[in-house]
Amino acid sequence: MSQLLQHLINGLAAGTIYALVALGYTMVYGVLKLINFAHGDVMMVGVYMGYATAFALGRQAQRSLWGVVVIFAVAMVGCALLGFLIERFAYRPLREKPRLTALITAIGISFALSYGFQLDIGFLPGASPRAFPEVIVPSEWFIIGDRDVVVWNWQVISFLIAVGLMAALQFLVYRTRFGKAMRAVSFDHRTAALMGIPTDRIIALTFMLSSALAAGAGLLYAIKDTSVSPLMGLYVGLKAFVAAVIGGIGNVPGAVVGALLLGLVEEFVVGYAASTWRDAVAFGFLILVLLVKPGGLFGRVAAEKV
Amino acid sequence: MAAPGVTTLSDVDAGRVPPALRGILPVLIALPVLALAEVLLGASPFATYLLSVVGVNIILAVSLNIVNGMTGQFSIGHAGFMAVGAYIAGVTSLELKEVALSFLPVAASDQVLFTVALLAGGTCAALCGFLVGLPSLRLRGDYLAIVTLGFGEIIRVVVQNTEAFGRALGLSGIPQYSSVAMVYFWVFLVVLVARRIAGSSHGRSLWAIREDEVAAEAMGVDTTGYKVRAFVISSFFAGIAGGLFAHFVPIINPGSFTFVKSMEVVVMVVLGGLGSSTGAIVAAIFLTLLPEGLRSLFGALGAEGSLAQKVDQIRMPVYGLLLVVLMLARPQGLFGTKELWDVLPRWLPRKKKGLT
Repeated sequence: MSQLLQHLINGLAAGTIYALVALGYTMVYGVLKLINFAHGDVMMVGVYMGYATAFALGRQAQRSLWGVVVIFAVAMVGCALLGFLIERFAYRPLREKPRLTALITAIGISFALSYGFQLDIGFLPGASPRAFPEVIVPSEWFIIGDRDVVVWNWQVISFLIAVGLMAALQFLVYRTRFGKAMRAVSFDHRTAALMGIPTDRIIALTFMLSSALAAGAGLLYAIKDTSVSPLMGLYVGLKAFVAAVIGGIGNVPGAVVGALLLGLVEEFVVGYAASTWRDAVAFGFLILVLLVKPGGLFGRVAAEKV
Repeated sequence: MAAPGVTTLSDVDAGRVPPALRGILPVLIALPVLALAEVLLGASPFATYLLSVVGVNIILAVSLNIVNGMTGQFSIGHAGFMAVGAYIAGVTSLELKEVALSFLPVAASDQVLFTVALLAGGTCAALCGFLVGLPSLRLRGDYLAIVTLGFGEIIRVVVQNTEAFGRALGLSGIPQYSSVAMVYFWVFLVVLVARRIAGSSHGRSLWAIREDEVAAEAMGVDTTGYKVRAFVISSFFAGIAGGLFAHFVPIINPGSFTFVKSMEVVVMVVLGGLGSSTGAIVAAIFLTLLPEGLRSLFGALGAEGSLAQKVDQIRMPVYGLLLVVLMLARPQGLFGTKELWDVLPRWLPRKKKGLT
């Protein structure tokens, strides 16, 4: 019983991080109908920015509260800029082209980023994984029974940060002018433009927002995993994307539920079966969900018109 | 109306092949050339290897082109099918290693068994292709792409966890039956099949699905059936390519069939032009030989020895940027849906007409 509870907690902790990355996919897909394959790699770049900042701050400062805030702020702002650049120069010129071209571009950017960061030319970090500094000193917070169920402080902190960011996003999308414009663009961006909504600006801002979220999620992931590597974006990104699709891509609560489900499923596979099957089970779960509900759990399948 | 910048079928006659290439002539030319290559290359294992890799990549690119280019279903799990073919063919060959058909000379018997192993690999891959094609009944576009990606990853993990496939270590000791002639026999076959499909009524249905799936369905095209068949044919040849690959490299392991390999093939198809078989061939040859060429170039320059080692590192980011630049500048690829013989005459000097 206590083992089950422990797996539940670990699964939820992993799920919240997937959820934050998945939200970025869902937002961009909702507004542009584009699977932003490069999202995971933007996250990876964000983690490297945080890594560099932590080093610049030094060992003492990076563990203080303001140090953590600075690390998150630098990574999120830096990633927002990166997201803006990618949108402006790679996706915007393709907006009226068939969707396949944008998808191929996204895959291209993903490859350029993840493999570009593996080079060891100039300031690029090289392929080997680095240890992420202990920004949050790990400690056990709650111990139920005799060390039966353990909750780590970083699990609680990342859960709180993730929930906070999600709540902020929900508020932004449904309670602000920007969110209203975003939903309008998502509904029909041509009509939205006719109604005087600056669609280009809204789409750019959506990209920046989703990239900043990715950076935040990536840092939480790096704190949990204690390592940074150029390929982390490819795999965490894929998982988060799977989560977004399971929940029904384009649907904000769906992405969160899908991510939590995926986190739990993976944790139970690792806990009760074999850890080597984790990735296969994640994709198997995805295919199963898509076969039963092609639009994802909360998605709607719109009839296509000619 | 198709978006600007994309070739539509109205300006391409997909089935047309120039008369010179239509009959048995290409085979008659190819046979002595291949025999000559086999003899000449006997002395140079590296050249044999390089030519075999080029051939395998051509098979992969042309077969993926049937799904990605002609049918317009974006599949990004081609390495998975290749893995199925490689492992099944490899295991079959390992099992049959000691067997010899008594009524044939040893070398011939080996080739027969090799063919059996290849066909076994291809068939299993085709079965997997059928399984991947089936969800296309309900899934479209991006979602189907993700399912193919997931399927490729699942195959990799399954291989990695199966005792019979050597887990993460892979298979070694597969008899090296493959020859340049064998590889190019299959290259010939896949190109023939791809061209035949492109020009047939079956191919017309595939083009129709590619241009507009909903409209094709409304016109009575059995879209699911055609898509599944395209997947089956494409994955069969990917499996054959995998089998050939397994029989000329010393070791196969799950690391050879990752998402990265799938993307390499996608880059070839996109660079050549979605829908152009000859484009896929040209791109496959170019992209396979480019790293080797750069490596020997840097090697020849001498002082930049470390740069020669970096070629492999630089290759992947360059592929990524290449995709981006291609999509921005020329989304239809080098050839679009045109074939080499549609494009070449433009660059060759033309006969002057009507000036008599």
